[in-house]
Amino acid sequence: MSTETFLMGTYDVIVVGAGHAGCEAALACSRMGKRTVMFSINLEAVAMMACNPAIGGTGKGHLVREIDALGGEMGLVIDRTFIQSRMLNTAKGPAVHSLRAQADKSRYHADMKRVLEMQEGLDLKQGEVVDIIVEDGKACGVVLKTGSIYRAKAVILATGTFLAGKIFIGDSAYESGPNGMAPSVELAESLRKLGLPMRRFKTGTPARALAQSLDFSKMKEEKGDEKIVPFSFMNDDLEKDQVSCWLSYTNEETHRIIRENFHRSALFSGQIEGVGPRYCPSIEDKVNRFADRKRHQLFIEPEGLDTDEMYIQGMSSSLPEDVQEAFYKTIAGLENIQIARPAYAIEYDCIDPTDLNLNLENRHVENLFCAGQFNGSSGYEEAAAQGLMAGVNAVLKINGKEPFILDRSEAYIGVLIDDLVTKGTNEPYRIMTSRAEYRIVLRQDNADLRLTEKAYRLGLATEERYQRLLEKKKLVEQERKRLENTYALPGETDDFMRRVGGAPLKNKTSLADMMKRPEITYENLAEIDPDRPVLSDHVTTQMAVQIKYEGYISKQMQQIKRFQKLENQKLDPELEYSSIQGLRIEAAEKLSATKPLSVGQASRISGVSPADINVLLIYLEKERRSKKK
Amino acid sequence: MEDTIAAVATAYGEGGIGIVRVSGEKAEEILKSIFVPSSGALEERRLTYGTVKDPETGDVIDECMAVFMKGPHTYTTEDVAEIDCHGSVVSLRNTLSLVIRMGARLAEKGEFTKRAFLGGRLDLSQAEAVMDLVSAKTDAGAEMALDQLEGRIGKETAPIREKLLDLLTEIAVNIDYPDEDIEEVTYEKLKKELSETSSMLEDLLASADAGRLIREGISCAIIGRPNVGKSSLMNALLRESRAIVTDIPGTTRDTIEEGINVRGIPVRLTDTAGIHDTDDKIEQIGIEKSRESFDRADLVILVIDGSEELQPEDTALVEKIRDRKTLILLNKRDLGYGIDKDRIKELTSGSDNIKIVETSMTEGTGVTEIEDAVEEYVMSGKVAQKESLLISNVRHIELLEDTLAAVKDACAAAEAGSALDFIEIDVRRAYQSLGEITGEAVSDDILKEVFSRFCLGK
Repeated sequence: MSTETFLMGTYDVIVVGAGHAGCEAALACSRMGKRTVMFSINLEAVAMMACNPAIGGTGKGHLVREIDALGGEMGLVIDRTFIQSRMLNTAKGPAVHSLRAQADKSRYHADMKRVLEMQEGLDLKQGEVVDIIVEDGKACGVVLKTGSIYRAKAVILATGTFLAGKIFIGDSAYESGPNGMAPSVELAESLRKLGLPMRRFKTGTPARALAQSLDFSKMKEEKGDEKIVPFSFMNDDLEKDQVSCWLSYTNEETHRIIRENFHRSALFSGQIEGVGPRYCPSIEDKVNRFADRKRHQLFIEPEGLDTDEMYIQGMSSSLPEDVQEAFYKTIAGLENIQIARPAYAIEYDCIDPTDLNLNLENRHVENLFCAGQFNGSSGYEEAAAQGLMAGVNAVLKINGKEPFILDRSEAYIGVLIDDLVTKGTNEPYRIMTSRAEYRIVLRQDNADLRLTEKAYRLGLATEERYQRLLEKKKLVEQERKRLENTYALPGETDDFMRRVGGAPLKNKTSLADMMKRPEITYENLAEIDPDRPVLSDHVTTQMAVQIKYEGYISKQMQQIKRFQKLENQKLDPELEYSSIQGLRIEAAEKLSATKPLSVGQASRISGVSPADINVLLIYLEKERRSKKK
Repeated sequence: MEDTIAAVATAYGEGGIGIVRVSGEKAEEILKSIFVPSSGALEERRLTYGTVKDPETGDVIDECMAVFMKGPHTYTTEDVAEIDCHGSVVSLRNTLSLVIRMGARLAEKGEFTKRAFLGGRLDLSQAEAVMDLVSAKTDAGAEMALDQLEGRIGKETAPIREKLLDLLTEIAVNIDYPDEDIEEVTYEKLKKELSETSSMLEDLLASADAGRLIREGISCAIIGRPNVGKSSLMNALLRESRAIVTDIPGTTRDTIEEGINVRGIPVRLTDTAGIHDTDDKIEQIGIEKSRESFDRADLVILVIDGSEELQPEDTALVEKIRDRKTLILLNKRDLGYGIDKDRIKELTSGSDNIKIVETSMTEGTGVTEIEDAVEEYVMSGKVAQKESLLISNVRHIELLEDTLAAVKDACAAAEAGSALDFIEIDVRRAYQSLGEITGEAVSDDILKEVFSRFCLGK
C-alpha cells in the first residue's frame, strides 16, 4: 500500500467488488439516482462466472426472476447470452418449475460490463480497495492500494472469494483470488481490525477440459428445451440455436484412484480450515462419505461459444494435478482428456451474517452494507439478489427512508436474507425451494406480480416494466373472467374428454372449472375453445396457474396471514432482553445480539425456544396493558 | 419479585392429606407466623412435624407437617412453603384462609405453574402437563400427567415424526435436485408410508380419547320412567343423600349433576327427570333437559322396575338406547320378579353395547357391576393395556388431529396423483403440527437429512 494518500473522488455510494452482487448493487444505486463508483481488482473479473457456466436452477431460478421483477439486470443479461435453456421440474407443480440456462461465460461478462459502463451515474474502475474509512462508527470512504481515497455516504462490500483468497491443489496452497485473479489480502486485514466477526469458508470448482479431447459418443446428450422460456419478464419469445450438455458417470476405478490418494488431498490433510458446503462436495468428499455408491454422475457443459473449454460438473476436487488427470481418464468419454485448468479448492474470508440487520447493513459499522459470498452465501444468484437489496437499502439509508425488507412470504429473496441474518449459516448458503415455507405463492411465474410494483415505487423498475406488469395483470384478469364465463356442454365435449382421458361432463361446466381437472390444460382446452384471444406466454402461464391451483393458493394465503401475525408483532431493537423476567439467559443473549424486528423473526433465531417466545409474548402483553393504564 | 400466592395444591375432598402451598417472598415469614414445630426449629428443606396455630386467637387449627424451601431451586423458582394438613376439608380451608390473612393472595388457577414456566423451570409441554396434573381430579389422571412430564409423548410421537421426516427428505431431494442421479419417490411408496403414518396417529388418538375421558371424566345419564329408583341409584353411587327421594312419581323435576369417582375415573352423573308425557309446564322443562343430557351422555344407565311387568314406556326407552352404550338395571330385585327377562333380551338382541344387571338400590346390590361397566367403557378397545400412552392435553389432541388431517390430505393428494410438491405441503404440515407438541424446530431437520442421506453436488 502506498504511504501517500490523496482524495480522488466523492460519490454517494462505493461498491467494493464487481461480481454478481457488486453489479446488481451498483446498478440499483445508480438507477435510484445515486452517484456510484465500483471497484474491481481486475475489470476482466466483472460478472465473472468463476465456477459453473449456468444461471438458475431450483430456487436459484426463482431468485433470478425476482431480481428481474425488481428491475435488476441478471435476467436480461442471461437472456442475451445463454446457449442452452431448460425448465426443470416440469413434471411437478408450477411452484417448483425452475429455469436454468447454460451461459456463455465470456459473453455474459462482456454484456454485463457494457451495461455497467453505459449506466448513467455509475463509474466502473479497476482498483484494489485496501481499507474502509470509518469515522464516528460510520463507513464513509475507501482507500485504494495506489493511495487514492474515495469518499461516499455508504460503502457496499461484495468481495466474493477474492477476500484473503487461498487456492489449494494437492499439497500446493497459495494466495489467490478465483480463477487466477489477484487476491484481496490487505482489505481482509483491515476488516478484521475494524472488529467485524470474520470467518473462513471454502468452495471448489472442477477442472475445465478441451472438447476436442472428449469422446461424446460415450456420453448421453442433454439438449435444451424446444420452447424457450425467458428469464426476464421484459422478454417474450426467444429463439436461439442451443448447444448440448453431456452426461457420463464415474466408476469403481475412478473411486479406487481417489481413495488411494485421499492422503494427498488438501481436504483431508488438514490444510484447509474453511468450511465447505454440504450440497457441493468435492468428488473425494463424495467417494469418502458415500462409499457404497458405485458411481456418481457428471455433466460436461460448454463454457461458451468462443472457447473449446468444457466444465466438468460434479467433479470438483482439491487433489493434485496428477491424480486429477488419472481419475478423470477413467471416465467413459474422458479417456484422452486434455485438462485446460485444473480443479481447485478456494478458501476465503467472509462475515458472520448474523452481524447484519435485515437491510444488510452492518450492526456495528453504520452505512456499511454487505452482500454476496461476503455474507456467507454461495452462488451467483444468491449474490446478485443480496447485491440488489444492499444497493436499494444503502440508497434508502442515505435518503433517510425506511429500509426495504421482503419477508419470507413475499419472496425467495426474503427467505434468503432472513435465513442468513436471523439464523446464520455454518456453511456457504444455497437457496432451495424447501427453505421456503410459502412455495405455492412464491412461484417464478408470478415474481413480477409480487415485486414489480414495489420496485417501481422505489424508482428501480422502469416505466416500461411497470406498464408491462399492468398490461399483464389486466390480460390475466380478462382471460380468467372469460374462461369463467364460457361454458362447455355435456355431449358436445364427450369426444374431447375421451381423448384427453377424462370422464365426460355431467353438467354444463365453465372452462375455468374444467381446467381444474388434472387431465385438462389451457393448451389442450384450445380444441373446444376456438374463440380464445392470442396472448403471450407470460399471460397464459400466469392465468392457468391461478385457475388450476386456486385451492392450494388460497390455503397458503391463509397460512401467510397467520405467519404475518407474528411478523407484525414488532419488537423494539433496543429492547432490554436481560431485564425480561423468565427469559432464559441464552435466549436473552441471542435476542440482544440479533435485535429482531418482530416476534416472528425472534422465533427463528436458533437458541430461542417456543417457551422463550411465550415468555416474550407474555411480556409484550404485560407492557401493552400497563401502557393502556 | 411478584406477590406471594397460596392455594390448596392437592385435589379437594379426597385422600388423607391435603397440601397448602405458598410461593413468593413472604412464604417464609407467613409459615413462621402460623406454624409451631413440636420440637426444635424449622429447618430449610426439612419436613417438620408441628401444629398450625392462629397467631391472633391462639387456636390450634390442625396437626401437620411443614417444609420451607428457599428459591430458586423450587418448583416456582421462588421461596416456597408447604403445609401438609392431615385433617378434613375444613382444616385445609382454615389453614389456607389463615395463610391469606397473613398476607398471601389466593393463587389463580395454574398460577404456580405459570411462575415455574416464567422462572424457566418448565418447557411448554411440561408446563401443560403440570397444568393437567394440578387440575387432575383423580388418581388415574394424576399418573397420566406424570407420564407426560417424563416426556412419553415425545417418545411416542418420535417414530411418526421420523417417518414423516424421511418422506419430506426424499421429496425435498426430488424437488431440489431434479438433475441428480437419485431414485424417484414413487406414489406407491408415498401411499404406503402415509397410510402407515395415518394408522399410527389413529392409535395415538384412540388413546387420546381415553385420555380425555380420564381427565375430564365421562358423562353418564340415568334414565327411566318415574319412580323406578333413579334417584336411589344416584344416592347409592354418591353414598350420600343429595337428590330428593320420594315415592311420588315426577319428584325429580330438574336434572341433577354430580361428580363421582369410579376407580379413579371421574364420572359426571346426571339424574334425569323421568322422560314421559306430561302437561305440567315445569315438568316439561325438566323432561327437555333430561333429553339433552341423555343425548350428550357417554354412557346411559336405564333403570327399569324389575318387580313389575315391562311397561310400554320402558319398551320405548329400550328402543331409544339400542345404539347407545348402555347399562340396563333391573331394579327393585328385593321386591321379587315381575318382569320377563327374556323379553328384554329379545328387545336388545343384536346390540353388543348393552349390558343387563339386576340390582336392588335399597339393599345396595349391583353397584360393583355398575362400576365395572364404567371402567370397561373407558378402558375399552386399543387402550386397555396400562403401559400405553394416554394423551389428555387438549392442545396435544388438537395437534394430533391436525397432523392426522394433514396426513390424510397428503394421502388423498397422492391417490389423486397430484404433483410431488403439493403432496409435500400436507406432509410438511403434518410434520410441523406433530413437532409443535414438543416444541421442536422444523426447517433445519429436513436439510440435514437431505445432505446426510444423499450424495449431491456440482
